[in-house]
Amino acid sequence: MSRRRVSPSLLPGFGPALGVTLLFLSLVVLAPLAALLATTLRGTPREFLAAVSTPRVVAAVRLSVLVSLGAAAVSALLGLLLGWVLVRYRFPGRRLLDTLVDLPFALPTAVAGITLTTLYAPTGWLGRPLAALGVPVAFTPLGIGVALVFLGLPFTVRTLQPVLASLDPEVEEAAASLGATRLETFRRVLLPELLPALLTGSTLAFARGLGEYGSVVFISGNMPMRTEIAPLLVMTKLEQYDVAGATALATLLLVASFLLLLVLNRLEAWAARAVR
Amino acid sequence: MTAPRSREPRAVRLLLIGLALAAFALFLFVPLAAVFVEAFRDGARAWLAAVTEPDARHALKLTLLVAVIAVPVNAFFGLAAGWALGKFRFPGRSFVLTLVDLPFAVSPVVAGLVFVLLFGRTGFFGPWLADRGLEIVFALPGIVLATVFVTFPFVAREVVPLMQSQGTDEEEAARVLGAGFFTTFFRVTLPNVKWALLYGIVLCTARAVGEFGAVSVVSGHVRGETNTLPLHVETLYNEYAFQGAFAAASLLTFVALATMVAKAIVSRRAREEAP
Repeated sequence: MSRRRVSPSLLPGFGPALGVTLLFLSLVVLAPLAALLATTLRGTPREFLAAVSTPRVVAAVRLSVLVSLGAAAVSALLGLLLGWVLVRYRFPGRRLLDTLVDLPFALPTAVAGITLTTLYAPTGWLGRPLAALGVPVAFTPLGIGVALVFLGLPFTVRTLQPVLASLDPEVEEAAASLGATRLETFRRVLLPELLPALLTGSTLAFARGLGEYGSVVFISGNMPMRTEIAPLLVMTKLEQYDVAGATALATLLLVASFLLLLVLNRLEAWAARAVR
Repeated sequence: MTAPRSREPRAVRLLLIGLALAAFALFLFVPLAAVFVEAFRDGARAWLAAVTEPDARHALKLTLLVAVIAVPVNAFFGLAAGWALGKFRFPGRSFVLTLVDLPFAVSPVVAGLVFVLLFGRTGFFGPWLADRGLEIVFALPGIVLATVFVTFPFVAREVVPLMQSQGTDEEEAARVLGAGFFTTFFRVTLPNVKWALLYGIVLCTARAVGEFGAVSVVSGHVRGETNTLPLHVETLYNEYAFQGAFAAASLLTFVALATMVAKAIVSRRAREEAP
């Protein structure tokens, strides 16, 4: 990739193309988000703090953060397993499974939501045996976690796969010839190489989980203080004409998204360096 | 060939494959199967009745209309962004790229809310719109705007990195040979990125058809008027009309499956044609 600057005189169209890009970006993304910030700034900081520190908001934010973190961790573990098996082993049906990993990306969230709820409800295929074991899933925080793992899985699998495929087998052979067991090689040699991708994938899953609405509203049961997630509370406040409350919480979510995006940029730069 | 000692014992390999298959079954196969089992629970005739009733037909039409508007807008933006950000370097370029990605990180509910704040009854332009009898929120324009917002990065994300990695040599050659901007773009640049463009359009369409959270905030859920297909699914489900909800959901699942197949085909073709 050439680092030299292209002289504007040789390739035409830079001005108009950049103009169109920035115009669309401003109209579609920046102006609407600015409207959110402007609405928040119309109130005083005290009002903002009051709006985001009510017990119901605190409970919703805490639930969203904790369940998203847990789901991101589970997605990382499952993603490592699935990515490893898909890249390293050959077995019948592998190509089909590889395609199917994208299902949670492609399936509309409302469909995922009603399907998981039906499956994990106390009368569902999976919910009935689990309820018999004393583990209710639907309408509990665990159910929210299940939906978020479903959603987060493709992020971790797809960020790990290219890194797993690019690992140099000679490094593993060297470790083995120096007397490392397979498990030691994995822990001391492979895992450090995979770490940037693992963190990137789970951060993506976490960011997605924090803002997710469609696949969670059905399975969560939406009980205030217990299974109400932050994005749903924004919706509820808006429906109750509490625009200031909805805006304050939405601003909090927006700031979190932006910070996560910056973290992701850092992680991706680190991952790019690690791959070399 | 890897040395025997750098591979797992056979038993471990089989165990890992078994665990992975179990995870696939639990998280991906079972939900997929459940959609169709529930949709056809009362037979094919009931399924057909549910997907052809007037509210369902209207929801399908609205969903397609929204996609037909939103996808070309974002494809056009993606190509413009590809040219400006992929073929040229300038200060602030990476910051612009981060902003393009922003809609991916924003919660769909927040994406819907911002348009209510702009165009809703008490929003910035609310009174002005009300004076002129114009409706954006709880009407088609709001649904389109929210959809354009959430699908904004899809095409640009695919096209910009590819245009960047392809560099500018071919375009410069075309220019030197006397081609104008449009000839250069349509005869040189566009053919080079056609698979990435198509890939982005496929992903963009899938999300536009399936978007729920953002559209839910701006649509107002008026049956037979502002219900898109995903909202129709929700309405029926909340009315305990499960078979109808899953019948409509099965249509969306077909779209998702078609998306995955198209994605697999397009990325294979792109790999084959890559030098």
